[in-house]
Amino acid sequence: MRTIRIGSGAGYSGDRIEPAIELAEKGDIQYLVFECLGERTVALAQQARMKNPESGYDPLLEERMRAVLPLCASKGIKIVTNMGAANPEAAARRTAEIAKSLGLSSLKIAAVVGDDVLDACKDGDLPIMEFDGTIKQLGNRLLSANAYLGAAPMAEALASGADIVITGRASDPALFLAPMIHAFGWAMNDWNLLGQGTVAGHLLECAGQITGGYFADPGYKDIPDLARLGFPIGEVGEDGSLVITKVEGSGGAVTARTCKEQLLYEVHDPRQYFQPDVVADFSEVTVEEIGPDRVRVSGGRGHQRTDTLKVSVGYVDSYIGEGQISYAGPGALARGRLALEIVRERLKLTGVASSELRFELLGVDSLHGAEIAANANEPYEVRVRVAGRTESLREAVRIGNEVETLYTNGPAAGGGAWKSARDVVAVASVLLPRELAKPQIRFVGA
Amino acid sequence: MKLREIAHSRTGDKGNTSNISVIAYDARHFALLRDQVTSERVKAHFAGVVEGEVVRYELPNLSALNFVMTQALGGGVTRSLALDAHGKSLSSALLDLDIEPGPDDT
Repeated sequence: MRTIRIGSGAGYSGDRIEPAIELAEKGDIQYLVFECLGERTVALAQQARMKNPESGYDPLLEERMRAVLPLCASKGIKIVTNMGAANPEAAARRTAEIAKSLGLSSLKIAAVVGDDVLDACKDGDLPIMEFDGTIKQLGNRLLSANAYLGAAPMAEALASGADIVITGRASDPALFLAPMIHAFGWAMNDWNLLGQGTVAGHLLECAGQITGGYFADPGYKDIPDLARLGFPIGEVGEDGSLVITKVEGSGGAVTARTCKEQLLYEVHDPRQYFQPDVVADFSEVTVEEIGPDRVRVSGGRGHQRTDTLKVSVGYVDSYIGEGQISYAGPGALARGRLALEIVRERLKLTGVASSELRFELLGVDSLHGAEIAANANEPYEVRVRVAGRTESLREAVRIGNEVETLYTNGPAAGGGAWKSARDVVAVASVLLPRELAKPQIRFVGA
Repeated sequence: MKLREIAHSRTGDKGNTSNISVIAYDARHFALLRDQVTSERVKAHFAGVVEGEVVRYELPNLSALNFVMTQALGGGVTRSLALDAHGKSLSSALLDLDIEPGPDDT
């Protein structure tokens, strides 16, 4: 049976780079995938592109490509990535320049475009899923609309000989599904194979989260050598069989437990994991440790895909102002609480307009609220945190100011004040009839 | 005993919805999870965090439960005022639940 090995070289845009080099060097892989595009990143990238038409792709593109291209070129490892963000073609051109500067001029680089569906969303004035409203009602706050594309255009680019495939918004598991479809010729209506391939992609897409990252809990779930955490490899057979593993000697661990946690990560109904290419069903999945750092994952299935694609809509939501200050030693908690009361009253007295405010003590109740934390012991130090949502940056600035002025006007011995004010680009979703997204492949020569 | 003694957990986020898996270390404890870690208890535990509903899905093959909590992330990961906008730390709070041991666990 034919088998391919796919390495996962990044789980988010800022991820570590050496584990990807390790995969290319020692992973015996044929494909290296970089998943670098968070929910809101494409909206921020779109803002960058509006300022400079040659920007709008992942800021670490150059560093990652320089790190892995020589190895990948010499070993024939194909790269698939969504580092194109809001500008896959510019990312492909930049990658071609990098390849050329490394003496790798024969590499074929493909950009997948067409995830930008802003016009189609406006034409249809589609309803927003998360709150009452439509695309048009966002008015000039609307920044971007990008459809989660499926695996087909990426697989087609690989079939056309691409060594590197760069997309913008695409479903994360589809980045991994594309090499499987290409290598094995899976039919785009073989729902069970696409479902099991989606299981593989979903397990791999967050890189270190399946090899022991986001997992360790000393005394309960110990993981060796997290500073040298190895990133995962999926060994996929043409029948969809899957083994998750990692480079021998790298840090971390691949166990039934790490695989179970990652299987359910960001999953809602396990019977219906909606993807552009399939509705995957994880409910019958089983995991089995078959060797050191080798876990077999079976039983993923699938059902016919839906008629719509999920679209991420980026928009300017609001502004957030924030301030922090610390208190320590005997009475720290009481002084922290007094500080919060003062700021609460000051924001009222000075008429700061906000639609939502949070008053909390880091180290006491900031993460899970006052109710869960009610019986906790008094800490040695606390950090006051006040955050508020406003309609303008000017108002947001005033919130942090009211915390900072506690230095000279508040409880005794407050130190380390810090403040910030920022605009909030948020993301909402709409469902677009799938035929309105028209992906295209553009080749760029190195 | 605490849930932490028999199960591990991971939180994921999508928009304003948080999901928390609860996975038995040992398959024999799955029945305890199913009986005692109900969606009602989870909703009560996260009062003050979760404003929406809590739906539970069972995955017996994995000895796991998956809780899906709506209106749980301060209006959504990309706009929340919370320090932990993703709710990544919520799993640790859930593992603090008290569990009545089964007959084999005393």
